[in-house]
Amino acid sequence: MNDQATENRSNNRRTTLLLSGVVVLMFGFGFAMVPLYNLFCQVTGTQSLSQRSTIGQIRPSTDGVDENRWVTVKFDATVNPNLPWDFSAVTHTMRVHPGKTYEVNFLAQNRSHSTVTGQAIPSVAPWQATPYFSKLECFCFNKQTLTGTQKTEMPLRFMVSTDLPEEINSMTLSYSFMRLKEGEKQPADADLPPLIAANPDN
Amino acid sequence: MSTTTLTHDEAHHHEAPKGWRRWLFSTNHKDIGTLYLLFALVMLFLGGASAMLIRMELFQPGIQFLDPDLYNNLVTNHALIMIFGAVMPAAAGLANWMIPMMIGAPDMALPRLNNLSFWILPAAATMLILSFIIPFFPGGGTQINTGWTIYPPLSIQVGMSMDFLIFAIHLLGISSVLASINIIVTLLNMRAPGMTLMTMPMFCWTWLVTAFLLILVVPVLAGGVTMLLFDRHFGTSFFDAAGGGDPVLFQHLFWFFGHPEVYILLLPSIGVLSHVIPAFSRKPLFGYKSMVGAMLAVATIGMVVWAHHQYTIGMSLGAVTYFMIGTILISIPVGLMVFNFIATMWRGSMTFETPMLFAVGIVLMFTFGGLSGVMLAVVPADMQYHDSMFVVAHFHYVLMPGAVFGLFAGVFYWLPKWTGHMYNEKLGKIFFWTNVIGFNITFFPQHFLGLAGMPRRIVDYNMMFTEFNVVSSIGAMIFGLSHLILLYIVIKTIRGGKKAESRAWEGAKGLEWELDSPPAFHTWTVAPQIK
Repeated sequence: MNDQATENRSNNRRTTLLLSGVVVLMFGFGFAMVPLYNLFCQVTGTQSLSQRSTIGQIRPSTDGVDENRWVTVKFDATVNPNLPWDFSAVTHTMRVHPGKTYEVNFLAQNRSHSTVTGQAIPSVAPWQATPYFSKLECFCFNKQTLTGTQKTEMPLRFMVSTDLPEEINSMTLSYSFMRLKEGEKQPADADLPPLIAANPDN
Repeated sequence: MSTTTLTHDEAHHHEAPKGWRRWLFSTNHKDIGTLYLLFALVMLFLGGASAMLIRMELFQPGIQFLDPDLYNNLVTNHALIMIFGAVMPAAAGLANWMIPMMIGAPDMALPRLNNLSFWILPAAATMLILSFIIPFFPGGGTQINTGWTIYPPLSIQVGMSMDFLIFAIHLLGISSVLASINIIVTLLNMRAPGMTLMTMPMFCWTWLVTAFLLILVVPVLAGGVTMLLFDRHFGTSFFDAAGGGDPVLFQHLFWFFGHPEVYILLLPSIGVLSHVIPAFSRKPLFGYKSMVGAMLAVATIGMVVWAHHQYTIGMSLGAVTYFMIGTILISIPVGLMVFNFIATMWRGSMTFETPMLFAVGIVLMFTFGGLSGVMLAVVPADMQYHDSMFVVAHFHYVLMPGAVFGLFAGVFYWLPKWTGHMYNEKLGKIFFWTNVIGFNITFFPQHFLGLAGMPRRIVDYNMMFTEFNVVSSIGAMIFGLSHLILLYIVIKTIRGGKKAESRAWEGAKGLEWELDSPPAFHTWTVAPQIK
C-alpha cells in the first residue's frame, strides 16, 4: 500500500510538472503572438487594413469621368490622445463621380502652446475599396508641424477610380492623427502611400 | 517527514476538523467542492443583481437609473462575475465533489493545491468588486465601461479600476489553471485499478477536456492582460497604434482565450447531462465513444476559430472564409452530442424529476442557441447581427441552458448524495418552470430587437424598441427572482428532509452511488476493483 502511495506521488509530480510546462509555454505563446502576428499579416495579407502599401496600387484611370455613377465618400477625423490637437473634417460627406478630382479641407489646431509635429494615418472602409481611392495630394504624405495655438487648413485632393467595383457605392476615409516625438524620424518612405501626385499621367 | 504526516492524518481519518479551520485549511475534496459551490451561489446572486439592474434600466427608453458609464460597468461586471465567479467555480465544485468519488480515488491528487486554487477565488472576487466600487470615491478614476472584452484603446484610458480588474483576471486565471492541473493529474493517475480512460464516467471525460482547454488558453489571456497593464503603465505600445502597436492584436489574444472559454463553460454541463439523461431514461448513454470523439473534435476545432468574433475588423476574404467554415464545422460534433442525448432518451422509461426536466430543457433550448450561432457564423449575415441584441440573445441561449441549466441539473441530481436528504420535488419543479419560462420571456424577444437593429451595450434605445424591451425586462424579473426558490430549496435540503438512500435515483449508475448518502468524510480509502 505504501509503495503504491509513493509511486502515485512520483507519478503525480511528473504529470504536474509536465502540465506546468504547458502553462508556461502557453503564456510565452501569448507574447510570441506579437511578432508572429505581424509576420503572419505581412505574409498572408490577412489584416488588409494594416497593409497601407496597397493603397494606390491601382492607378487612377485616365479614361475620363464616369458621369453616370455616384459614389458617396464620408470623411472621418480622429486624434490620438497623445496629440494635443483639434482635428476635424470641414466636409463630412460628399457625392462624387468616379474619375473626377475633388478637393476637401480638414481643420487642425494646436491646443498647446508649444510646437508639435504630427502625422496623419489614412484608412479606407470598406477595406475592399482601399486600392480604388487615390489621394493625389494629401497632408498625410508629410509630417505636419503646428506652432503653439496655430490653426491651419489641410487640403486633400482625391479621385475615386472608375474601376471601383459595382457593389461599392459608399466609402469612408478615416484619418488618425498621431504625434511624432521630437527627434523621431518620419516613418520610412516605404511605409507611406506612394505619391501619386508625382505621377506624370495626371 | 511526509510519512509522519501520513500516519498523523490517518489517525484522524474518520472525523472532520471543527470550526473555521475545517474550511480555511481544508484539503478534503468534498469540503472544497462545497466551498466552490457556495462561492458560485453567492456570485450567481451578485451577477444576477447586476443583470436585473441592467434590465431595470432598459425597461423604458431614456436614462432612468444609471448613467451610461455605470450601466456599461454593470454589463462588464455581470459578464465577468457570471463567467469567472459563478459558472466556472460551480463546475469546479462539481468536479471536486464528484471526480474522486466517480473514479474511486480517496481524494484529488494534489489536495493542498486544491485548497490554494479555491482560496484565491475570494481574493479575486474582492478585487473585482473593488474595481466596481473605487470609481464612486473621489480620485477613483472612471468606471470600466469596456464590457468584459476590455478592448484597447478604451481599456487603456479607464482609470485605476482597470488595474484592479486586470489583477482580478490574473488571480482568477491562476486559480483555474491550478484547479485544471489538479483535475488532469487526478484523472490520469488516480483512477481505480481496472478503470481505463475509455471506461471512465463521461463527466470525468468532459472535465479532462475542459481542464486541458483551460491550461492552453487561460495563460494566453494572462499574457494579453499583462501587455495591457504594460501599455497602461510602463510605456509599451503592444496595442497603441501611435507607438507601432495594433489594438486588433488584443482582440486576437482575447478571443483565442474567449472562444474556447465557451466550451470550457459548456462541457462540464454536457458531462452532467451524460449522467442525468441515462439515469432518468433508465438506459445506458448512447454512443459513449462518439461522445468522447465529438468532444475532442469540438475542443480542437474550437481552439482555431476564434476570429469569428471579429468579422468586422477588416480581415481578408480568405481569412473570414476560413473562420466561417471552421465555425460552421463545429455544429457537426455538437449536433452529434445532441443526437446522442436524444437517442439515449429514445424508448427509455423516462421519468421527469427536476434534473431530467432541466436536461430535456437543455437539449431543446441549447439546440436553439446553436442554430442562431450558425446564423451568426455566416459572414455576410453577421455584418448585420454584429454587436446587436441578437448576439445577446444567442449567447444567453447557449450559455444559460448549455452551462447554467446543466449545473442546476447536476446540483439537483447530486444534492441527495451530498446532503443525505432528498430535496422537495414539488419545489424543484416549480423552480424549473418559473426559471425556464422567465428565461425564455427575457431572451426570446431580444432576437427580434437585434434583428430590428437595437445595438447592445448601450444604455438608451430608440422608442421603436420599447415593447419588446418591456417584455424582456418583465421576464428578467421573473427569471431573476426564481433563483430565490433555488436558494430556499438548497438551504432546506442541507438542513433536513427525507433521508436519501445511497442510490438516490433508481436509474443512477456509477461508483458514487455505492457510497452512503451523505458520504463519509473520507471515501474510497481502499480503491474499488472495477471488473
